[in-house]
Amino acid sequence: MENNIKHHLTDDLLMAYAAGTLPEAFDLMVATHLSLCDHCRARAESFDAVGGHVLEDQAEVAQMDQGSLAATMALIAQGAPTSKPVQPACSVLPVPLQDYVGGDVNAIRWRPIGMGVKQAILPTTRDATARLLFIPAGVAVPDHSHHGTELTMVLQGAFSDEVDHFARGDVEIADADLHHTPTADISEDCICLAVTDAPLKFGKLMPRLFQPFLRI
Amino acid sequence: MFTEIDTVTLDDPATETVVNRVRYGAKRIKGKPVNRQNKTCEIRQEWVGHVRRIRETQDQAAFAELFQHFAPRIKAFLIKSGSDATMAEECAQEVMATLWHKAHLFDPTRATVATWVFTIARNKRIDVLRKQRRPEPEDLGWGPEAEPEQDDVIALQQETAQLRTALKALPEAQRQLIEKAYFGDLSHREIASQTGLPLGTIKSRIRLALDRLRHAMN
Repeated sequence: MENNIKHHLTDDLLMAYAAGTLPEAFDLMVATHLSLCDHCRARAESFDAVGGHVLEDQAEVAQMDQGSLAATMALIAQGAPTSKPVQPACSVLPVPLQDYVGGDVNAIRWRPIGMGVKQAILPTTRDATARLLFIPAGVAVPDHSHHGTELTMVLQGAFSDEVDHFARGDVEIADADLHHTPTADISEDCICLAVTDAPLKFGKLMPRLFQPFLRI
Repeated sequence: MFTEIDTVTLDDPATETVVNRVRYGAKRIKGKPVNRQNKTCEIRQEWVGHVRRIRETQDQAAFAELFQHFAPRIKAFLIKSGSDATMAEECAQEVMATLWHKAHLFDPTRATVATWVFTIARNKRIDVLRKQRRPEPEDLGWGPEAEPEQDDVIALQQETAQLRTALKALPEAQRQLIEKAYFGDLSHREIASQTGLPLGTIKSRIRLALDRLRHAMN
Protein backbone atom coordinates (compact mmCIF):
# COMPACT_ATOMS: atom_id res chain seq x y z
CA MET A 1 0.00 0.00 0.00
CA GLU A 2 1.24 3.46 -0.90
CA ASN A 3 -0.13 6.53 0.84
CA ASN A 4 1.37 9.18 -1.41
CA ILE A 5 -0.39 8.40 -4.67
CA LYS A 6 -1.49 11.60 -6.41
CA HIS A 7 -2.64 10.32 -9.79
CA HIS A 8 -5.62 7.96 -9.57
CA LEU A 9 -7.85 5.94 -11.87
CA THR A 10 -10.97 7.55 -13.34
CA ASP A 11 -14.55 6.64 -12.39
CA ASP A 12 -15.29 5.24 -15.84
CA LEU A 13 -12.35 2.80 -15.61
CA LEU A 14 -13.35 1.71 -12.10
CA MET A 15 -16.99 1.24 -13.10
CA ALA A 16 -16.03 -0.71 -16.22
CA TYR A 17 -13.71 -2.86 -14.06
CA ALA A 18 -16.61 -3.55 -11.67
CA ALA A 19 -18.93 -4.29 -14.59
CA GLY A 20 -16.29 -6.61 -16.04
CA THR A 21 -16.20 -5.07 -19.50
CA LEU A 22 -12.57 -3.94 -19.82
CA PRO A 23 -9.98 -5.66 -21.99
CA GLU A 24 -7.78 -7.99 -19.92
CA ALA A 25 -4.75 -5.65 -20.11
CA PHE A 26 -6.81 -2.84 -18.54
CA ASP A 27 -8.15 -5.19 -15.85
CA LEU A 28 -4.51 -5.96 -15.04
CA MET A 29 -3.72 -2.23 -14.74
CA VAL A 30 -6.72 -1.61 -12.47
CA ALA A 31 -6.01 -4.67 -10.27
CA THR A 32 -2.36 -3.62 -9.94
CA HIS A 33 -3.25 -0.05 -9.00
CA LEU A 34 -5.92 -1.18 -6.50
CA SER A 35 -3.32 -3.38 -4.82
CA LEU A 36 -1.38 -0.19 -4.01
CA CYS A 37 -4.21 2.33 -3.59
CA ASP A 38 -6.98 1.92 -0.98
CA HIS A 39 -8.59 5.17 -2.12
CA CYS A 40 -9.36 3.65 -5.52
CA ARG A 41 -10.07 0.22 -4.03
CA ALA A 42 -12.87 1.74 -1.94
CA ARG A 43 -14.23 3.48 -5.05
CA ALA A 44 -14.06 0.23 -7.04
CA GLU A 45 -15.86 -1.72 -4.30
CA SER A 46 -18.59 0.94 -4.30
CA PHE A 47 -19.12 0.21 -7.98
CA ASP A 48 -19.29 -3.50 -7.04
CA ALA A 49 -22.15 -2.52 -4.70
CA VAL A 50 -23.97 -0.99 -7.67
CA GLY A 51 -23.57 -4.36 -9.39
CA GLY A 52 -24.97 -6.06 -6.29
CA HIS A 53 -28.13 -3.99 -6.64
CA VAL A 54 -28.41 -4.69 -10.35
CA LEU A 55 -28.20 -8.42 -9.56
CA GLU A 56 -30.65 -8.15 -6.65
CA ASP A 57 -33.28 -5.94 -8.26
CA GLN A 58 -33.76 -7.60 -11.64
CA ALA A 59 -37.34 -7.34 -12.82
CA GLU A 60 -37.44 -11.04 -13.67
CA VAL A 61 -35.44 -13.90 -12.26
CA ALA A 62 -34.77 -17.22 -13.99
CA GLN A 63 -36.13 -20.61 -12.99
CA MET A 64 -33.48 -23.07 -11.79
CA ASP A 65 -33.59 -26.61 -13.21
CA GLN A 66 -35.05 -29.53 -11.26
CA GLY A 67 -32.43 -30.92 -8.89
CA SER A 68 -30.27 -27.82 -9.19
CA LEU A 69 -29.54 -27.51 -5.48
CA ALA A 70 -28.62 -31.20 -5.22
CA ALA A 71 -26.29 -30.83 -8.21
CA THR A 72 -24.65 -27.85 -6.51
CA MET A 73 -24.20 -29.80 -3.26
CA ALA A 74 -22.51 -32.52 -5.34
CA LEU A 75 -20.19 -29.86 -6.82
CA ILE A 76 -19.36 -28.65 -3.32
CA ALA A 77 -18.63 -32.21 -2.19
CA GLN A 78 -15.93 -32.44 -4.87
CA GLY A 79 -13.93 -29.98 -2.76
CA ALA A 80 -12.58 -26.47 -3.16
CA PRO A 81 -10.30 -25.67 -6.06
CA THR A 82 -6.73 -25.33 -4.83
CA SER A 83 -6.03 -21.76 -3.86
CA LYS A 84 -2.78 -20.19 -4.93
CA PRO A 85 -0.10 -19.62 -2.31
CA VAL A 86 -0.01 -16.14 -0.83
CA GLN A 87 2.91 -14.13 -2.16
CA PRO A 88 4.84 -11.58 -0.15
CA ALA A 89 3.10 -8.21 -0.41
CA CYS A 90 6.20 -6.04 -0.01
CA SER A 91 7.74 -6.68 -3.44
CA VAL A 92 8.15 -4.38 -6.45
CA LEU A 93 5.42 -6.12 -8.44
CA PRO A 94 1.99 -6.35 -6.76
CA VAL A 95 0.48 -9.85 -6.73
CA PRO A 96 -1.72 -9.47 -9.87
CA LEU A 97 1.38 -8.59 -11.91
CA GLN A 98 3.42 -11.39 -10.36
CA ASP A 99 0.75 -13.78 -11.65
CA TYR A 100 1.52 -12.63 -15.20
CA VAL A 101 5.29 -12.41 -14.85
CA GLY A 102 5.68 -15.64 -12.89
CA GLY A 103 7.57 -13.94 -10.07
CA ASP A 104 8.90 -10.55 -8.97
CA VAL A 105 11.19 -8.19 -10.97
CA ASN A 106 13.94 -10.81 -11.27
CA ALA A 107 11.58 -13.02 -13.30
CA ILE A 108 10.79 -10.36 -15.93
CA ARG A 109 12.09 -11.36 -19.39
CA TRP A 110 13.22 -7.98 -20.69
CA ARG A 111 13.91 -7.24 -24.35
CA PRO A 112 16.08 -4.23 -25.12
CA ILE A 113 14.50 -1.57 -27.35
CA GLY A 114 17.36 0.93 -27.41
CA MET A 115 19.11 3.53 -25.21
CA GLY A 116 19.04 1.11 -22.30
CA VAL A 117 15.22 1.06 -22.37
CA LYS A 118 13.72 -2.45 -22.13
CA GLN A 119 10.23 -3.86 -22.35
CA ALA A 120 8.39 -7.10 -21.61
CA ILE A 121 5.01 -7.72 -23.21
CA LEU A 122 2.62 -9.60 -20.93
CA PRO A 123 0.30 -12.35 -22.17
CA THR A 124 -3.22 -10.87 -22.32
CA THR A 125 -6.08 -10.98 -24.81
CA ARG A 126 -5.32 -9.11 -28.02
CA ASP A 127 -7.92 -6.34 -27.71
CA ALA A 128 -5.34 -4.37 -25.69
CA THR A 129 -1.68 -4.68 -24.76
CA ALA A 130 0.07 -4.70 -21.40
CA ARG A 131 3.80 -4.42 -21.00
CA LEU A 132 6.43 -3.59 -18.46
CA LEU A 133 8.93 -0.84 -19.27
CA PHE A 134 12.39 -0.35 -17.84
CA ILE A 135 13.86 3.15 -18.18
CA PRO A 136 17.37 3.61 -16.78
CA ALA A 137 17.82 6.36 -14.18
CA GLY A 138 18.06 9.78 -15.79
CA VAL A 139 17.12 8.62 -19.30
CA ALA A 140 14.57 10.64 -21.31
CA VAL A 141 12.24 8.86 -23.70
CA PRO A 142 12.08 10.93 -26.93
CA ASP A 143 9.09 13.17 -27.52
CA HIS A 144 6.19 11.07 -28.72
CA SER A 145 2.41 11.06 -29.03
CA HIS A 146 -0.12 8.29 -28.47
CA HIS A 147 -2.70 6.24 -30.25
CA GLY A 148 -5.87 5.30 -28.42
CA THR A 149 -5.85 5.40 -24.61
CA GLU A 150 -2.62 4.65 -22.79
CA LEU A 151 -2.22 4.24 -19.05
CA THR A 152 1.22 4.15 -17.45
CA MET A 153 1.74 3.30 -13.78
CA VAL A 154 5.04 3.59 -11.92
CA LEU A 155 6.15 0.49 -9.99
CA GLN A 156 9.70 1.51 -9.11
CA GLY A 157 11.57 4.81 -9.28
CA ALA A 158 9.75 7.79 -10.78
CA PHE A 159 9.50 9.88 -13.94
CA SER A 160 8.62 13.45 -14.84
CA ASP A 161 7.14 14.92 -17.97
CA GLU A 162 5.40 18.09 -19.11
CA VAL A 163 2.34 17.09 -17.06
CA ASP A 164 3.74 16.25 -13.61
CA HIS A 165 5.99 13.99 -11.54
CA PHE A 166 4.89 10.36 -11.21
CA ALA A 167 6.05 8.01 -8.43
CA ARG A 168 5.13 4.46 -7.33
CA GLY A 169 1.40 3.85 -7.75
CA ASP A 170 0.75 7.02 -9.79
CA VAL A 171 -1.06 6.49 -13.10
CA GLU A 172 -0.61 8.79 -16.08
CA ILE A 173 -3.57 8.69 -18.46
CA ALA A 174 -2.61 9.73 -21.98
CA ASP A 175 -4.72 10.09 -25.09
CA ALA A 176 -3.90 11.15 -28.64
CA ASP A 177 -3.60 14.81 -27.56
CA LEU A 178 -0.63 14.27 -25.26
CA HIS A 179 2.89 14.83 -26.59
CA HIS A 180 5.43 14.34 -23.86
CA THR A 181 9.03 13.47 -23.01
CA PRO A 182 9.03 11.33 -19.87
CA THR A 183 12.37 11.39 -18.04
CA ALA A 184 13.25 8.88 -15.34
CA ASP A 185 14.45 10.33 -12.04
CA ILE A 186 18.21 10.22 -11.63
CA SER A 187 18.10 8.38 -8.30
CA GLU A 188 16.79 5.00 -9.47
CA ASP A 189 15.93 2.98 -12.59
CA CYS A 190 12.25 3.35 -13.39
CA ILE A 191 9.92 0.37 -13.96
CA CYS A 192 6.38 1.00 -15.23
CA LEU A 193 3.34 -0.97 -16.30
CA ALA A 194 1.88 0.45 -19.52
CA VAL A 195 -1.37 -0.59 -21.19
CA THR A 196 -2.87 0.61 -24.45
CA ASP A 197 -5.99 -0.22 -26.44
CA ALA A 198 -4.27 0.72 -29.72
CA PRO A 199 -2.98 -2.24 -31.73
CA LEU A 200 0.73 -2.93 -31.52
CA LYS A 201 2.46 -2.47 -34.87
CA PHE A 202 5.97 -3.54 -35.63
CA GLY A 203 7.45 -1.99 -38.77
CA LYS A 204 10.31 -3.58 -40.71
CA LEU A 205 12.83 -0.78 -40.79
CA MET A 206 13.88 0.80 -37.51
CA PRO A 207 11.51 -1.50 -35.69
CA ARG A 208 13.53 -2.39 -32.66
CA LEU A 209 14.98 1.03 -32.06
CA PHE A 210 12.39 3.67 -32.68
CA GLN A 211 8.98 2.18 -33.23
CA PRO A 212 8.58 1.14 -29.62
CA PHE A 213 9.22 4.69 -28.48
CA LEU A 214 6.37 5.90 -30.61
CA ARG A 215 4.16 3.57 -28.65
CA ILE A 216 5.30 4.24 -25.09
CA MET B 1 -32.13 20.86 24.52
CA PHE B 2 -29.75 20.93 27.50
CA THR B 3 -31.90 23.53 29.19
CA GLU B 4 -34.75 21.12 28.81
CA ILE B 5 -32.80 18.37 30.59
CA ASP B 6 -31.84 20.75 33.36
CA THR B 7 -35.46 21.51 34.08
CA VAL B 8 -36.37 17.93 34.99
CA THR B 9 -35.24 16.16 38.12
CA LEU B 10 -33.01 13.13 37.76
CA ASP B 11 -35.48 10.63 39.20
CA ASP B 12 -38.17 11.67 36.75
CA PRO B 13 -38.73 8.80 34.30
CA ALA B 14 -38.96 11.36 31.47
CA THR B 15 -35.32 12.28 32.02
CA GLU B 16 -34.08 8.94 30.87
CA THR B 17 -35.96 9.20 27.60
CA VAL B 18 -34.56 12.62 26.83
CA VAL B 19 -31.00 11.64 27.75
CA ASN B 20 -31.27 8.54 25.64
CA ARG B 21 -32.43 10.57 22.72
CA VAL B 22 -29.45 12.87 23.11
CA ARG B 23 -27.03 9.93 23.25
CA TYR B 24 -28.73 8.38 20.28
CA GLY B 25 -28.23 11.59 18.31
CA ALA B 26 -24.58 11.80 19.30
CA LYS B 27 -24.00 8.23 18.22
CA ARG B 28 -25.38 8.96 14.78
CA ILE B 29 -23.17 12.01 14.41
CA LYS B 30 -20.11 9.87 15.16
CA GLY B 31 -20.95 7.95 12.02
CA LYS B 32 -22.24 4.77 13.55
CA PRO B 33 -26.00 4.90 13.06
CA VAL B 34 -27.93 2.41 15.14
CA ASN B 35 -29.99 -0.20 13.38
CA ARG B 36 -33.58 0.88 12.84
CA GLN B 37 -36.66 -1.03 11.82
CA ASN B 38 -35.55 -1.20 8.21
CA LYS B 39 -36.78 -4.32 6.48
CA THR B 40 -34.27 -4.28 3.63
CA CYS B 41 -31.47 -3.92 6.12
CA GLU B 42 -32.75 -6.80 8.25
CA ILE B 43 -32.94 -9.09 5.23
CA ARG B 44 -29.37 -8.28 4.26
CA GLN B 45 -28.19 -8.75 7.82
CA GLU B 46 -29.79 -12.17 7.71
CA TRP B 47 -27.79 -13.13 4.62
CA VAL B 48 -24.62 -12.11 6.45
CA GLY B 49 -25.59 -14.59 9.17
CA HIS B 50 -26.21 -17.28 6.56
CA VAL B 51 -22.69 -16.91 5.18
CA ARG B 52 -21.28 -17.02 8.71
CA ARG B 53 -23.21 -20.26 9.38
CA ILE B 54 -21.76 -21.80 6.22
CA ARG B 55 -18.28 -20.74 7.23
CA GLU B 56 -18.52 -21.88 10.83
CA THR B 57 -20.70 -24.99 10.72
CA GLN B 58 -21.05 -25.88 7.00
CA ASP B 59 -24.77 -25.24 7.50
CA GLN B 60 -26.60 -26.77 4.51
CA ALA B 61 -29.98 -25.30 5.47
CA ALA B 62 -28.51 -21.78 5.42
CA PHE B 63 -26.96 -22.57 2.05
CA ALA B 64 -30.29 -23.84 0.66
CA GLU B 65 -31.95 -20.52 1.58
CA LEU B 66 -29.16 -18.51 -0.02
CA PHE B 67 -29.40 -20.74 -3.08
CA GLN B 68 -33.14 -20.25 -3.38
CA HIS B 69 -32.72 -16.47 -3.30
CA PHE B 70 -29.53 -15.93 -5.31
CA ALA B 71 -29.23 -18.80 -7.82
CA PRO B 72 -32.24 -17.66 -9.94
CA ARG B 73 -30.84 -14.10 -9.93
CA ILE B 74 -27.38 -15.27 -11.00
CA LYS B 75 -28.90 -17.35 -13.77
CA ALA B 76 -31.01 -14.41 -15.00
CA PHE B 77 -27.96 -12.12 -14.83
CA LEU B 78 -25.93 -14.53 -16.97
CA ILE B 79 -28.72 -14.96 -19.51
CA LYS B 80 -29.03 -11.18 -19.83
CA SER B 81 -25.25 -11.09 -20.28
CA GLY B 82 -25.55 -13.28 -23.38
CA SER B 83 -25.36 -16.83 -22.03
CA ASP B 84 -27.75 -19.56 -23.12
CA ALA B 85 -29.97 -21.11 -20.44
CA THR B 86 -27.96 -24.34 -20.14
CA MET B 87 -24.67 -22.57 -19.58
CA ALA B 88 -26.29 -20.05 -17.23
CA GLU B 89 -27.69 -22.91 -15.13
CA GLU B 90 -24.29 -24.58 -14.95
CA CYS B 91 -22.51 -21.32 -14.11
CA ALA B 92 -25.07 -20.35 -11.46
CA GLN B 93 -24.41 -23.68 -9.73
CA GLU B 94 -20.67 -23.10 -9.91
CA VAL B 95 -21.03 -19.56 -8.52
CA MET B 96 -23.05 -20.91 -5.59
CA ALA B 97 -20.44 -23.63 -4.98
CA THR B 98 -17.75 -20.91 -4.96
CA LEU B 99 -19.79 -18.99 -2.39
CA TRP B 100 -19.66 -22.08 -0.15
CA HIS B 101 -15.93 -22.59 -0.59
CA LYS B 102 -15.03 -18.93 -0.15
CA ALA B 103 -17.40 -18.16 2.73
CA HIS B 104 -14.34 -17.54 4.94
CA LEU B 105 -13.23 -14.69 2.64
CA PHE B 106 -16.49 -12.72 2.78
CA ASP B 107 -16.01 -9.40 4.60
CA PRO B 108 -19.37 -7.91 5.70
CA THR B 109 -17.72 -4.58 6.60
CA ARG B 110 -16.95 -4.01 2.92
CA ALA B 111 -19.78 -5.71 1.01
CA THR B 112 -23.29 -7.08 1.32
CA VAL B 113 -23.84 -10.70 0.36
CA ALA B 114 -25.55 -9.50 -2.84
CA THR B 115 -22.48 -7.42 -3.77
CA TRP B 116 -20.19 -10.35 -3.05
CA VAL B 117 -22.34 -12.76 -5.08
CA PHE B 118 -22.33 -10.23 -7.92
CA THR B 119 -18.51 -10.17 -8.00
CA ILE B 120 -18.32 -13.98 -8.14
CA ALA B 121 -20.96 -14.11 -10.91
CA ARG B 122 -19.20 -11.35 -12.85
CA ASN B 123 -15.87 -13.17 -12.66
CA LYS B 124 -17.56 -16.37 -13.83
CA ARG B 125 -18.98 -14.47 -16.80
CA ILE B 126 -15.55 -13.08 -17.72
CA ASP B 127 -14.05 -16.57 -17.42
CA VAL B 128 -16.71 -18.52 -19.30
CA LEU B 129 -18.35 -16.08 -21.73
CA ARG B 130 -15.37 -13.86 -22.54
CA LYS B 131 -12.76 -16.60 -22.00
CA GLN B 132 -10.53 -14.08 -20.30
CA ARG B 133 -8.49 -14.09 -17.11
CA ARG B 134 -9.64 -11.70 -14.41
CA PRO B 135 -6.80 -10.02 -12.54
CA GLU B 136 -7.91 -9.16 -9.00
CA PRO B 137 -6.19 -6.88 -6.46
CA GLU B 138 -4.08 -8.39 -3.68
CA ASP B 139 -6.19 -10.07 -1.01
CA LEU B 140 -6.67 -8.24 2.24
CA GLY B 141 -7.58 -11.19 4.37
CA TRP B 142 -9.11 -10.98 7.81
CA GLY B 143 -8.60 -14.07 9.90
CA PRO B 144 -11.07 -15.60 12.32
CA GLU B 145 -9.23 -13.76 15.11
CA ALA B 146 -10.18 -10.45 13.51
CA GLU B 147 -13.95 -10.90 13.59
CA PRO B 148 -15.51 -7.67 12.24
CA GLU B 149 -17.25 -5.28 14.61
CA GLN B 150 -21.02 -5.62 14.48
CA ASP B 151 -21.42 -1.82 14.29
CA ASP B 152 -19.22 -1.72 11.19
CA VAL B 153 -21.20 -4.52 9.58
CA ILE B 154 -24.51 -2.74 10.22
CA ALA B 155 -23.14 0.59 9.01
CA LEU B 156 -21.96 -0.87 5.70
CA GLN B 157 -25.23 -2.73 5.17
CA GLN B 158 -27.12 0.52 5.78
CA GLU B 159 -24.92 2.51 3.42
CA THR B 160 -25.63 -0.10 0.77
CA ALA B 161 -29.38 0.14 1.40
CA GLN B 162 -29.13 3.91 0.95
CA LEU B 163 -27.26 3.43 -2.30
CA ARG B 164 -30.08 1.19 -3.47
CA THR B 165 -32.65 3.87 -2.63
CA ALA B 166 -30.59 6.48 -4.50
CA LEU B 167 -30.28 4.22 -7.55
CA LYS B 168 -34.02 3.59 -7.54
CA ALA B 169 -34.62 7.33 -7.51
CA LEU B 170 -32.67 7.86 -10.74
CA PRO B 171 -34.55 8.58 -13.97
CA GLU B 172 -35.65 5.34 -15.64
CA ALA B 173 -33.45 5.90 -18.72
CA GLN B 174 -30.33 6.27 -16.59
CA ARG B 175 -31.15 3.21 -14.52
CA GLN B 176 -31.52 1.17 -17.68
CA LEU B 177 -28.11 2.34 -18.87
CA ILE B 178 -26.53 1.30 -15.58
CA GLU B 179 -28.14 -2.13 -15.92
CA LYS B 180 -26.86 -2.40 -19.47
CA ALA B 181 -23.37 -1.50 -18.27
CA TYR B 182 -23.42 -4.27 -15.66
CA PHE B 183 -24.94 -6.83 -18.00
CA GLY B 184 -21.91 -6.15 -20.22
CA ASP B 185 -23.80 -4.29 -22.95
CA LEU B 186 -21.82 -1.05 -22.75
CA SER B 187 -18.15 -0.67 -23.66
CA HIS B 188 -15.97 1.24 -21.23
CA ARG B 189 -16.08 4.24 -23.54
CA GLU B 190 -19.87 4.25 -23.36
CA ILE B 191 -19.64 3.85 -19.60
CA ALA B 192 -17.63 7.07 -19.41
CA SER B 193 -20.84 9.03 -19.95
CA GLN B 194 -22.53 7.14 -17.10
CA THR B 195 -20.29 8.13 -14.21
CA GLY B 196 -21.34 10.49 -11.45
CA LEU B 197 -23.53 7.85 -9.78
CA PRO B 198 -24.98 8.63 -6.35
CA LEU B 199 -22.37 6.60 -4.48
CA GLY B 200 -22.79 8.88 -1.48
CA THR B 201 -20.87 7.90 1.62
CA ILE B 202 -20.44 4.20 0.87
CA LYS B 203 -16.94 4.94 -0.46
CA SER B 204 -15.77 6.44 2.82
CA ARG B 205 -17.39 3.58 4.74
CA ILE B 206 -15.46 0.99 2.72
CA ARG B 207 -12.32 3.11 3.04
CA LEU B 208 -12.62 3.00 6.84
CA ALA B 209 -12.96 -0.79 6.71
CA LEU B 210 -9.82 -0.99 4.54
CA ASP B 211 -7.91 1.23 6.98
CA ARG B 212 -8.87 -1.08 9.85
CA LEU B 213 -7.72 -4.12 7.87
CA ARG B 214 -4.37 -2.48 7.07
CA HIS B 215 -3.98 -1.60 10.72
CA ALA B 216 -4.74 -5.20 11.76
CA MET B 217 -2.25 -6.54 9.21
CA ASN B 218 0.64 -4.41 10.50
